[in-house]
Amino acid sequence: MSIDIATAAKVAKLARIKVEDADLPALAQEFNAILGFIAQLEEVNVDGVEPMVSVTPQRLKRRADVVTDGNQQAKVLANAPDAREGFFAVPKVVE
Amino acid sequence: MTELNRLTLADARDALRRGDITSVELTQACLAAIDSADALGAFAHKTPDLALDRARAADARIAAGDAPDMCGIPVGIKDLFCTEGVPSQAASKILEGFVPRYESTVSGQLRDAGAVMLGKLNMDEFAMGSSNETSVYGNAVNPWRAGHSDAALTPGGSSGGSAAAVAADLCLAATGTDTGGSIRQPAAFTGTVGLKPTYGRCSRWGIVAFASSLDQAGPMTKTVRDAAIMGRAMMGHDAKDSTSADLPVPDFEAMLTGDIRGRVIGIPAEYRMDGMPQEIETLWSDGTAMLKDAGAEIRDISLPHTKYALPAYYVIAPAEASSNLARYDGVRFGYRAKMAPGDGITEMYEKTRAEGFGPEVRRRVMIGTYVLSAGFYDAYYNRARRVRALIKRDFDTVFADGIDAILTPATPSAAFALGQEVADPVQMYLNDVFTVTVNLAGLPGVAVPTGLTHDGLPLGLQLIGRPWEEGDLLNTAYALEKAAGFVAKPARWW
Repeated sequence: MSIDIATAAKVAKLARIKVEDADLPALAQEFNAILGFIAQLEEVNVDGVEPMVSVTPQRLKRRADVVTDGNQQAKVLANAPDAREGFFAVPKVVE
Repeated sequence: MTELNRLTLADARDALRRGDITSVELTQACLAAIDSADALGAFAHKTPDLALDRARAADARIAAGDAPDMCGIPVGIKDLFCTEGVPSQAASKILEGFVPRYESTVSGQLRDAGAVMLGKLNMDEFAMGSSNETSVYGNAVNPWRAGHSDAALTPGGSSGGSAAAVAADLCLAATGTDTGGSIRQPAAFTGTVGLKPTYGRCSRWGIVAFASSLDQAGPMTKTVRDAAIMGRAMMGHDAKDSTSADLPVPDFEAMLTGDIRGRVIGIPAEYRMDGMPQEIETLWSDGTAMLKDAGAEIRDISLPHTKYALPAYYVIAPAEASSNLARYDGVRFGYRAKMAPGDGITEMYEKTRAEGFGPEVRRRVMIGTYVLSAGFYDAYYNRARRVRALIKRDFDTVFADGIDAILTPATPSAAFALGQEVADPVQMYLNDVFTVTVNLAGLPGVAVPTGLTHDGLPLGLQLIGRPWEEGDLLNTAYALEKAAGFVAKPARWW
């Protein structure tokens, strides 16, 4: 499988990373080098093998369904690039 | 007493308890060493005031007779750990200015045990790299140099700052994290000891996530004994990490008898790579002979899927990273790009992430996005997870056949020059060829320095253990360390 410029642009868009048009050919080339390396996996016979979900066979612990946290608005907002009136502020999203 | 910073963790602990030294003296010695070692680029954020406050508190605690092993010990903390009130950036521009309001479980356990944090250590951005060259802070530099050359060498990565700081005696020990070899490879490049515990031993809570099914914190120290002491202090169950193991953590130090008579050590045929330098071959066979002389039984084994570990890793790790790093969007913390008139929220995301992430992180996030995208999920991601199951099965099989530990080289070479391998990502990935299998199988692994190259650079061997048996693994490592008698230190140039 080979990645063309349009696919590279699509992947960048999905990842929400801006890539200038001029940089797309080099990016596609890098993807192809890495995917070429990954393509070795096609040699492996994986018939009847389940994809690994958890490396240690353990059942995830459950906790009581109760509130354990909260009332820390100031701490939560302290690191925001733009916080106003108790909210995270972002550019307008609805016209 | 001079040069207290050169003490091992164990010797410092004993001297503190005897009252021969104070934590304040020890901490001041480390702070002075750090201030004279800026050329190493090891510490990204220094916290001298906090360190001295904690040292004074530790001295009071020791005087009161309540002193856990780590009490009063000055340590460095990798920048990947969130530390309350201290910048924690994962060496990325995108977390510029981020100051956590909470402490990671592991660094919190060390703090509560009385350890003294000296500052935050340099690393590859988001722990993605094998040479510490992807850091927003600039390179960390290996205190070791080859022969009479003054070329700057990599300390390895991603925990390059941790390894450089321990090797140069800037701190007595440091925390690291290991997703594909990021503790063991830098340890091997710097003549130090690095332990990656079994997946689930150390809580991941509060550690900036890279690939959650592979990430594991561990100690980076001057000796195996120090790794046993600090490892125990870092481990333990944590309800805040659902994959954290609810198992007791034994006193690893008490298990260091050095007696490995009758232990069965496996030598895997697949780790003998084409083109492996003769020095690595010799190091490996010498190490094998040392364990045999100590009374272990040596057995040739096969781990047939070894070759596919790196390709599987370079699907799984980027896939998980693309998901984990989706949170860096310029809204809740860290960097936000300057916006142009008319830019909406999508432009804000795209510009923030393009400017905030470095090239290797952008590359891995996009590769991860691709392998998880519609139409490719099965071909790449699910296939890689199937291969991962086979890699783990290889290890399960040899352990079931009676192997207690596996001996391999830690790295395919000694430390290389900064700038040498940055141009080719795939070439850089090959650094982890001997270590990445251990992450995929969730096993404990430890790198131990056992020799020098012809031009005087340290080389390490790796021991891989059974899950949850870090104590037995460390005891084998201790026997190897004793037999190898590695005492070399880098000659000071910085």
